[in-house]
Amino acid sequence: MSAMLLNKEKWPDFVEKLAGKTIWAPQGEEAEMRFAPVTEGEAPALEYGNTRVPPKQAVFPQTETMFRFQLGGEELEIPKLEEEAVLLGVRPCDARSMAIVDNLFSWDENDPYYFKHRELLTLVGLTCTEPGLNCFCTSVGGGPASKEGLDLLMTDLGDQYLLEAITEKGEALLKAAGEVLEDAGDEQIKEKERLTEEAAANIKRNVNPDGIPEGLPGLWEDPLWQRVSASCLGCGTCTYLCPTCHCFDIQDEVEGFSARRCRTWDSCMFNEYTMHTSGHNPRPSRRERTRNRINHKYSYYVDKFDVIACVGCGRCINLCPVNIDIVDILRQVKEAL
Amino acid sequence: MKTNENPYIPYYATVEDTWFETGGERAIKTFKVVFDDEEVRKNWNHRPGQCAMIGILGVGESMISISCSPTEGDFLRFSVMRMGKVTQALHQLEAGDKMTVRGPYGNSFPLEEWEGKHVITIGGGIGQAPMRPVVEYVKANYQKYDGLTMIYGARTSGDLCFKGEFEAMAQNEDLSCHLTIDIEEEQWDHNVGFVPQVLLDVKPSPDNTIAVTCGPPIMIRFVLENLKKLGFEDDQIYTTLENRMKCGIGKCGRCNAGNMYVCKDGPVFNYAALKEIPEAFS
Ligand SMILES: Cc1cc2nc3c(=O)[nH]c(=O)nc-3n(C[C@H](O)[C@H](O)[C@H](O)COP(=O)(O)OP(=O)(O)OC[C@H]3O[C@@H](n4cnc5c(N)ncnc54)[C@H](O)[C@@H]3O)c2cc1C
Ligand code: SF4
Ligand code: SF4
Ligand code: FES
Repeated sequence: MSAMLLNKEKWPDFVEKLAGKTIWAPQGEEAEMRFAPVTEGEAPALEYGNTRVPPKQAVFPQTETMFRFQLGGEELEIPKLEEEAVLLGVRPCDARSMAIVDNLFSWDENDPYYFKHRELLTLVGLTCTEPGLNCFCTSVGGGPASKEGLDLLMTDLGDQYLLEAITEKGEALLKAAGEVLEDAGDEQIKEKERLTEEAAANIKRNVNPDGIPEGLPGLWEDPLWQRVSASCLGCGTCTYLCPTCHCFDIQDEVEGFSARRCRTWDSCMFNEYTMHTSGHNPRPSRRERTRNRINHKYSYYVDKFDVIACVGCGRCINLCPVNIDIVDILRQVKEAL
Repeated sequence: MKTNENPYIPYYATVEDTWFETGGERAIKTFKVVFDDEEVRKNWNHRPGQCAMIGILGVGESMISISCSPTEGDFLRFSVMRMGKVTQALHQLEAGDKMTVRGPYGNSFPLEEWEGKHVITIGGGIGQAPMRPVVEYVKANYQKYDGLTMIYGARTSGDLCFKGEFEAMAQNEDLSCHLTIDIEEEQWDHNVGFVPQVLLDVKPSPDNTIAVTCGPPIMIRFVLENLKKLGFEDDQIYTTLENRMKCGIGKCGRCNAGNMYVCKDGPVFNYAALKEIPEAFS
């Protein structure tokens, strides 16, 4: 796979070469940042860390129409997904989350919507040179320049971007850009490695997950679950905005005679999530729901797919209104083991 | 069989016949349905214990046990208790109306493994729905099994499902069929008492026997206790779990009991395995 250089002055030319594909990049105010289609001539905001809304929205939209129909009719119209898009500036942890969630969405049978979006997308990553306050990707198998899930990785070298192709899709992008790019040399690769190491060294949060997946089931009745969930409001932020959370609800929406069946993000932190119609709820309080969230990510998913379903992006820590902190919970788990 | 290429797209099926099993606010209505598409009808291949997502477009879908055995013919049967939105809408259906069906989902009772053994089913209320196919399957393949005992109970005689069928079974010498209701009623000439007690009274031998139980959680708890008293080992006992479901195919995440997805790893569980899942009986 090739490595090329893009002079920052040539950024508009590079973007132009991607014509035909919709370009999504981080946009909006810092606090509201999410991936959205870039309008022509606009420079994407790449300098911030993680977007508030993870790019999972591009493969697993918050609301997705599964099919449309007319009440009383029999025809089911499945939306045609055909728009090719490039996601620019994806953080390595978020790209890794897609590689992790692929396991679930391909378990025995493929989720057609998710994989259609995946197929149409090219993921262009951006090496993290300034990790966020609550990043802990290096604890869970990732890193500031992790390539897993990405097609192409960009690294900011000051005046230039280093572009490394990872997959055929990434290679194709470099080819399409043609003479806008120059060949990269060992020097730039070395510089990238230096920046990556520096960034990794600047990651302040960490937890060693060894022993957690096997140990969690034994802590089922441990008082720690009461402790760590006591202040939880059940708002669902930690799961809605978690890049590896994939749970959804399915609902029919009717307007007049037109209707659609759609799926929407759901959260295991909500009471209704598991409640039976009879009113019986197998997870009646936040203690059980928090316990499930942590077990799901750090034990069940490992049992099923051999990988931790958390990429250490820090969103749940940054955004929880009552400062519930997954690294802190994991530390308490380790202590209780 | 996999359904459509897109597993969320349901098939249409027409209600051929429908009747009420029980009355009251939480009435149970049985639907005998046939797929509209002949190809689908031919390729559909479920095993006892599996479920299907049945529904009505514009209202939604519910996971319901397929309450017939494939040995009965090219149709499906569902017995639906009227609970909320979808089940209420399903109850409006009459013969000739259409519902949507996708599936079959989940694992099944390992009936091949049980060949040569005696099978005892212990059910309560709507819990008989997933076990009816076991009963029908063993009846249809009687020579392969060492007999069948069925214990089934409900609060009152009016709350028993499939009454007609069982009355006929109770007359059959080859089958040991025990019906029970909680409280004495006039003109009731079967057992009176709770299912777990009737189990003790029937006193099945654990030798070369498989016990299957479905019903309200409280009943299951005492049935399990009493099976132990009778000398049954954990791995001779099977039951099913019922968690809230949306997708049925291991994607929506909501049906898990511990590290098991009930829609794929279940709904049928061997008790020896189930005991290890901390959330299973929550
Ligand atoms: C494996 C399995 C097998 C089953 N077999 C059978 C069977 O054979 N027969 C049978 O009768 N039942 C069976 N059930 C139970 C059956 O699936 C439920 O009773 C049924 O889904 C209830 O649906 P409803 O739409 O009528 O209820 P509702 O409660 O009205 O649900 C409708 C929708 O409303 C929403 N909702 C419900 N309650 C709330 C709430 N409190 N707050 C917010 N939203 C809510 C949910 O999104 C739900 O999808 C089985 C279940 C499972 C898992
Ligand atoms: S659990 Fe928290 S840190 Fe881990 S991936 Fe999800 S949001 Fe990020
Ligand atoms: S974000 Fe915090 S308060 Fe909200 S559900 Fe998650 S842990 Fe609870
Ligand atoms: S019902 Fe969706 S995962 Fe089991």
